Amino acid sequence: MNLILSLVVGTLFAGGIYLVLRRSVVKLMLGLVLLSHGAHLLIFLMGDGLIKARTPFVRAETGVAPPDSADPLIQALILTAIVISLGLLTFVMALAYRTDQAVGSDDLNAMTSTDQL
Amino acid sequence: MAHHLFLPLIVPLFSAGVATLISQRLAWARVIAVAATLFNLGYGTWLLVTVATTGRQVTQGGGWVAPFGITLMADGLSAIMLFLTALLTLVTILFSFATIDARQERFYYYPLLLLLMFGCSGAFLTGDLFNLYVWFEILLVASFGLITLGGSRAQLEGGLKYVVLNLFASLCFLVGAGLVYGVAGTLNMAHLAERLNAIQEPTLVTAVAGFFLIAFGGKAALAPLFFWLPTSYHTPSIAVTALFGGLLSKVGIYALYRVFGTVFQSELGRLAPLILAVAGVTMVVGVIGAMAQVNVRRILAFHIVSQVGYMAMGLGLASVAGLTAGILFMAHNIVVKTALFLIGGAAEHLTGSGELKQMGGMARREPFLAVLWLLASFALVGIPPLSGFFGKLGLIQAGVAQEQWLIVGVAAGVSLFTLFSMLKIWNEVFWKKAYGDMSRLPRAGAGLLAPAVILVAVSIALGLGAAPALEYSVLAAEQTLDTVGLARDVCGAGGCDAVELAVARE
Amino acid sequence: MYDSIILRNVSRLMFPILLLLSLFMLVRGHNLPGGGFIGGLVAASAFILQIIAAGPTYVRTSFQINFLNLAAFGVIFAALWGLPGLVTGEAYMLAFWLKEPIPGIGKLGTPVLFDIGVYLTVIGVTTQLALVLAEEPTLYPIQRPPARPNATAPEV
Repeated sequence: MNLILSLVVGTLFAGGIYLVLRRSVVKLMLGLVLLSHGAHLLIFLMGDGLIKARTPFVRAETGVAPPDSADPLIQALILTAIVISLGLLTFVMALAYRTDQAVGSDDLNAMTSTDQL
Repeated sequence: MAHHLFLPLIVPLFSAGVATLISQRLAWARVIAVAATLFNLGYGTWLLVTVATTGRQVTQGGGWVAPFGITLMADGLSAIMLFLTALLTLVTILFSFATIDARQERFYYYPLLLLLMFGCSGAFLTGDLFNLYVWFEILLVASFGLITLGGSRAQLEGGLKYVVLNLFASLCFLVGAGLVYGVAGTLNMAHLAERLNAIQEPTLVTAVAGFFLIAFGGKAALAPLFFWLPTSYHTPSIAVTALFGGLLSKVGIYALYRVFGTVFQSELGRLAPLILAVAGVTMVVGVIGAMAQVNVRRILAFHIVSQVGYMAMGLGLASVAGLTAGILFMAHNIVVKTALFLIGGAAEHLTGSGELKQMGGMARREPFLAVLWLLASFALVGIPPLSGFFGKLGLIQAGVAQEQWLIVGVAAGVSLFTLFSMLKIWNEVFWKKAYGDMSRLPRAGAGLLAPAVILVAVSIALGLGAAPALEYSVLAAEQTLDTVGLARDVCGAGGCDAVELAVARE
Repeated sequence: MYDSIILRNVSRLMFPILLLLSLFMLVRGHNLPGGGFIGGLVAASAFILQIIAAGPTYVRTSFQINFLNLAAFGVIFAALWGLPGLVTGEAYMLAFWLKEPIPGIGKLGTPVLFDIGVYLTVIGVTTQLALVLAEEPTLYPIQRPPARPNATAPEV
């Protein structure tokens, strides 16, 4: 399962970076969406990842975590990260839309007026 | 437990909420904004003194024990940054009374400023790596709102690049935070410092540290990740530019200091040559970029990039002396940079244009403004006894002590080019003959000058009181590098692992 | 964009049910899946369904809620319930609970009140985002429901 998820994370990152490097603002936005999904999934994998992280909750009698327990901390982290990226990506969408209206093009090469002397 | 650390977060949060609710009653919104920043300024002053006399302040959110709960901590570096954040926000608000147009002001300008102060203060006080990410996002959201406030085409274009590149840096930060949790099993900074120093697979840690370097390098505008800065910083209103120019990129530098000085201290030695190289390139590229520009705010924006390089150099020297000088330089630069933006911005506000060609005659019309500019720009260049001199001197001394001749040479040479740019603005804006008929343009009132006067006064005080400032920077640098003391203050005498084991045994 | 009579009527019926479900989620949330955030999203989805079915103008005029203010109020309300800890000399956000659970609702304490603040914030922010995006004329060209033939006063 870890291997499959790792491959999915890699694919999401590859796709995201490819899209971010495109000139179209819409593709750029979609690339950011894919990248953030990749990042969330990567945190999910880190629960019992490269070096086993210790879960914060343990059984009172034995002092060890129950064998089928998931790490609750990563779930909290992912939830937080999803909420944040939801808000930010909505902002990017609105901004991209407004920019498209103001510039009249969704080509990043047309958006150089603030760089020109 | 220093529970007072919650106050500089609660007050801006509440006042941002209230200012949103009453955003249509401008007078009240202004009063609330000023009151909240004054409170944070007072608290910041008090915290500076408290940290100097009683050491690091630590508290835990919700009363949870240290490596499990969310830690808030303040050492010298945090205290300096918290104080300067409140000072800059206050000055920005005062300046915007005189310059900003009321329609923008009604559109949640003060709530956004307070939210920005809330986010910055939280970033400076948190002792938890993931919380640092959350605070960064809060201040980012506020800055997104501020930079596009007004919605002109230039703002939207610049804002889009600012937003996208900062989001990308945030994602790198998130990935790094996830990986570091996978490697070390904790996100508390004190606990991380303890564990990462003892970890068996150093290459893995170096790779993770690389993510943080990219993330914070991007936010701090280090080469080659600085392109979002000069393309967006001159587009919003002048007050917002001044605040961003002074504060935002330095939040990235603070995070670099905190993460590489404390958390990844074991990696600092390995990454130091890379950081030094990046710092040198940043200085040169920024200053050369500024030479080509013909707009006041754009010249200054490129100089932000150049000076961020000096601060990164302080980190790259990887010694107490380097970090001390870096912190001193950062404190000076935050103040002076904002002062320059405010003075140049005041001239731009009076003339109605920021293009050098269309300005001029300011020395004759506004001699006081011209004097302020001279003081601030000489401080930026580093002419003794003004504040910039001691920071640069410290950096160069630290570099010489480690025989890093190349970076020392670059740092000294870039100062000359900085002087060139400052003189260019002086000649074009203040010294040359007025462009067209300027007699009907408005004169500078006290409201326009007072914010810059405050900052220039602080800068001069930093220069004249260099000895105590340097002493405080030494304290801040030593506290930043002291991971053992940090673990003791946050988790108790035995360190964080001991607490975790004890809880597991119970 | 088309105007679907089925969607409009169903969403009107669904609205109270979704709000009830969101309240259930909110109250249930302390020990079971749910809570202020999830509840808030469910409630916001009730509003967003209205936006999709009847258009943003309808939502603005018939609810008369400033959703941004609702969010700001939620933030203040949530942050307020961290204060008892500070006032008693303990850490901010320290939880205080009533000794006895209340029948039907369960244990009550400051975290529940905090959750209500989160609930309001999430409703406010999410609905506001959806409203602002939906009000872009070319992005979401929805027609208002046609005026009834015998209506005299124009709708506000």
